Amino acid sequence: MIALLLRDLKLAFRAGGGFGLGLAFFLIVTVMVPFAVGPQSSLLSTIAPGVLWLGALLACLLSLDRLLALDWEDGSLDLLATAPLPLEAAVSIKALAHWLTTGLPLVLAAPFLGVLLNLPVPGFFWLVMSLLIGTPAMSVIGTFGAALTVGLKRGGLLLSLLVLPLYVPTLIFGAEVARRGATGMETQTPLLMLAGITAATIALLPFASAAVLRINLR
Amino acid sequence: MTLTVTDLAITRGGVPVLEGLSFELRPGRAIILRGPNGIGKTTLLRTLAGLQPPLEGHIDGAEDQIAYASHSDGLKPTLTVTENLTFWASVFGTSSIQPALNAFALNELADRHAGNLSAGQKRRLGLARMLVTGRPIWMLDEPTVSLDRHAVQMFADAVRAHLGQGGSALIATHIDLGLDGEVLDVGSNKAKPKPIDDFDGGFL
Amino acid sequence: MSIAAKANALWEYANPRKFLATSERVLPFFWVASIACIVVGLVWGFFFTPDDYKQGSTVKIIYLHVPTALMAINCWLMMLVTSLVWLVRRHHVSALAARAAAPIGIVMTLIALVTGAIWGQPMWGTWWEWDPRLTSFLILFLFYLGYVALWEAIEDPDTAADLTSVLCLVGSVFALLSRYAVNFWNQGLHQGASVMRAGAITGTDTEEKVSNVFFYPLMICIIGFVLLFIALVLYRTGTEIRARRIKALLARERVGG
Repeated sequence: MIALLLRDLKLAFRAGGGFGLGLAFFLIVTVMVPFAVGPQSSLLSTIAPGVLWLGALLACLLSLDRLLALDWEDGSLDLLATAPLPLEAAVSIKALAHWLTTGLPLVLAAPFLGVLLNLPVPGFFWLVMSLLIGTPAMSVIGTFGAALTVGLKRGGLLLSLLVLPLYVPTLIFGAEVARRGATGMETQTPLLMLAGITAATIALLPFASAAVLRINLR
Repeated sequence: MTLTVTDLAITRGGVPVLEGLSFELRPGRAIILRGPNGIGKTTLLRTLAGLQPPLEGHIDGAEDQIAYASHSDGLKPTLTVTENLTFWASVFGTSSIQPALNAFALNELADRHAGNLSAGQKRRLGLARMLVTGRPIWMLDEPTVSLDRHAVQMFADAVRAHLGQGGSALIATHIDLGLDGEVLDVGSNKAKPKPIDDFDGGFL
Repeated sequence: MSIAAKANALWEYANPRKFLATSERVLPFFWVASIACIVVGLVWGFFFTPDDYKQGSTVKIIYLHVPTALMAINCWLMMLVTSLVWLVRRHHVSALAARAAAPIGIVMTLIALVTGAIWGQPMWGTWWEWDPRLTSFLILFLFYLGYVALWEAIEDPDTAADLTSVLCLVGSVFALLSRYAVNFWNQGLHQGASVMRAGAITGTDTEEKVSNVFFYPLMICIIGFVLLFIALVLYRTGTEIRARRIKALLARERVGG
């Protein structure tokens, strides 16, 4: 299992692995927002938590179609499916690798982008906290979407269409935590709901992902 | 470890392709799979490897004894030869990749990135992967594609050594490898369509 | 007939031929009954009920809004059940019924959304409000879109049936989660709508007689839409079965049977 994780991390960091693309996208989207809505700092600080959450979500989504498709094309998935490692474990590891290479950098970059959008000071902690808890769910849900569309030639757009509705609860609770935190309101309830969603998806969704992957490998 | 196949029927894309297949693969033996293109040799190998369910029949002889090599080698171009092999060795829980490097003369290439290898070299690396799985039953789908005559000999030697250690192999190929084994021609097992008035049959 | 025997008899309809024969026999009844109910319900509702004292004549859109909204949800539930049946028992008719139902669900959801907007304009003064109930329907609409798109994208029919079934199961859980999330996110303007409390919808709880005046035509409309939904699903499933059979016959010709 660790071998698979290390391999995926190595692949991501080597040339052409696409590490940092999601991060760059996150940066660019955030920079574009003031151009679209105007530079008034009061407006920006109001919408900052939501914009940063949406930006992180889109950056995450962008990297999903490479998650399984490369392994599918070169035949690694066939070989992994016949290996002693259960496919459930394999997809969980791949989701973890995705989170480490995409989700975690987004979490770490978010406060700096928060400065650009004039995020209120109490909001920084809650923004990082909510992203830290929410992004693993986005990786796991995204892995399910990637497993559904892995065999398709032009699966990228379909992948977004399938995954985005599944992101709705995570986005709602996650952005709610960040928004409430920024305005100094109580954050416990949405934070617990967010953590619950993340825990439940990590525990259950890999079974669905492995099941659809087996169907696609047939 | 004997692989026993009884009255197997398989489908490709929902359409039955082969039926009534029965054979036995005993330790130390090899079976060469023959048949015209499109008859379902790849589908048969995938079914035996457990990647897709059979339509009918039984496959006895544990699935986790089988090492499968498809048309594509599952190599990562940005990893070196050693890294590629070491990865599969640790997934299959075996330790040493040296015998595999030796058998396919990959020692000089060990630190090259797989992406820089020629097609034949890649193929050799893909076949070397079979050795690091440590599994007794090999399923090989057209293993000699893009190999030169020398490399084909290398491959045949590796299979022979594997058989000598009590392993077995099922190989779909049209080349004569000079192996100790029988030929299984699946051309006669082409699935016959079900009667047209059977709605469910026509439906499938 | 024992329960087990009855259950077995039910599974017989999973045979495509038996399904087609039976659905062709009962379809005319469903068409006539549904159209009769809808016509009676709508005419009664539109022309023979008084205007609501608060909402005026706009309240009458309820006769389209509530039945379509109900069917939008019930359609997804039906797809969930048929998907489960396909995954467990591998009956092709079941998977095809789910496929046949999805576009009907999309249309019902759209009608519910549009009538909701038309009703909301004079009531709340805006065409669209991010009210939890409206938002949930919008999300449901997105789930329908994804489901249909996945069916269309995959060539092999059995693979498509398997994948869409799993998507339907996972999607149902997430749709339910979204419903709670949306409720939490915005406590809205929408009336606590339930047909069993039709009086509450029309704001006439205090006058039982008047609420009954709205209630009966509404019930007839709902029954009409349920029958219409069944008729459409049976009809479309029949089409899907025939399309599938043509595909199977063509595949058979290709392999030279």
